Amino acid sequence: MSKGFVFSPRDWDSHPPQIHPGYKSTPLRGPTKPLVVLPQTLSELTGPVYGQDAVGPLDHDLTKLAAKGGEPNGERIIVAGLVSDENGRPAPNILLEVWQPNAAGRYIHTDDQHDAPIDPNFMGAGRCVTDADGRYRFITIKPGAYPWGNHYNAWRPNHIHFSLFGPSILTRLVTQMYFPGDPLLELDPIFQGVPAASRHLLVSKLSIELSEAEWALGYEFNIVLRGRAATPMES
Amino acid sequence: MALKQTPSQTVGPYFSYGLTPEQYGYDYKQLADNNLGEADGNGQRITIRGQVFDGNGATVRDAVLELWQADSQGRYAHPEDPRGSNTGFKGFGRTGTGTLPENYYEFHTIKPGAIGDGQAPHITVVLFMRGLLNHAYTRIYFSDEAAANDADPGLALVDAARRNTLIAQRQENPAGIIYQFDIHMQGEQETVFFDA
Repeated sequence: MSKGFVFSPRDWDSHPPQIHPGYKSTPLRGPTKPLVVLPQTLSELTGPVYGQDAVGPLDHDLTKLAAKGGEPNGERIIVAGLVSDENGRPAPNILLEVWQPNAAGRYIHTDDQHDAPIDPNFMGAGRCVTDADGRYRFITIKPGAYPWGNHYNAWRPNHIHFSLFGPSILTRLVTQMYFPGDPLLELDPIFQGVPAASRHLLVSKLSIELSEAEWALGYEFNIVLRGRAATPMES
Repeated sequence: MALKQTPSQTVGPYFSYGLTPEQYGYDYKQLADNNLGEADGNGQRITIRGQVFDGNGATVRDAVLELWQADSQGRYAHPEDPRGSNTGFKGFGRTGTGTLPENYYEFHTIKPGAIGDGQAPHITVVLFMRGLLNHAYTRIYFSDEAAANDADPGLALVDAARRNTLIAQRQENPAGIIYQFDIHMQGEQETVFFDA
């Protein structure tokens, strides 16, 4: 059942390898056998449809969503950007889910036992949807760095987790956004697992245009999903 | 292509309050859960359950699985399927492995129909976990569809000796129809993972 278009392949020059030994959870969890390439059928060219109806009125504002009568601690920031495909075509009505630790580097997740305070006014999860021009925007607190058990004195750089669907199940993407100038990026095996030429794609840019005077700094993080490849039927 | 794809990164160990908050007891409405089936009253109700194993054969307790499937008539609830789904069936489910005993996952859904393009009935699975830098993508086929599986063009691309890693085993018991589908990240039984 050809639909007259296909998506371009996952770009393995841009994505990390399945196993990156510096990140010690990968050697026992990453697949070791070659992926089998399927033709793109209706099962691949479709995917879950979630739009504005999946998002509550405060879901884009993590500083208010879980607040219990106060303001969360930390540096308020605006994170915004364009979601597009590889051809530069904006991707409207795309759901983004985000999650992060609080300003002290503590996740609300019960598995996180880092000795840093929980913030009663901050959960760290949110959602938003891209507008007709493919743009998204949410308000949050700059996440703190935190230690993890990968190796002695290992610290994750400040980051926000992103999950996107895009127009089909093939455009599904889970990634992490980092902050410019963070010296921990050089030391982080998860970030360093990305091919060198593509690492900058995960680092947001400080944007005075997105910042709001007297209120919050803005960071721009653009996201590029797999796009349609030209097919004989289209040309 | 003018732009490079944004690289994938691991979902990490702390996804639950972002992706599956209600399942894990966080006070935030979740997008989707492990119950896909109620909207399609025509479908045969089934449970799909299993475990995810790492390269040491240990069960993974911090994986999140997503299902994408057609309804009982083989139709996807998506604009690219001109037939749509007129049952209200959304076709998407999501669950983590961290809340059931022995790190089982469980989905309650309906058995998808064949799409009508020669493929056997199947469900797309997207799998995330700490230590997985790119999500894994596989399919569930059904053990009671042997003839359709034999004719399936996707399964034909897989080494015959590995096809069984993609076939959920049907069990009928008083609780209903259960398909067992384990995922092995590595080892002799390594599940076939796809790209497309």
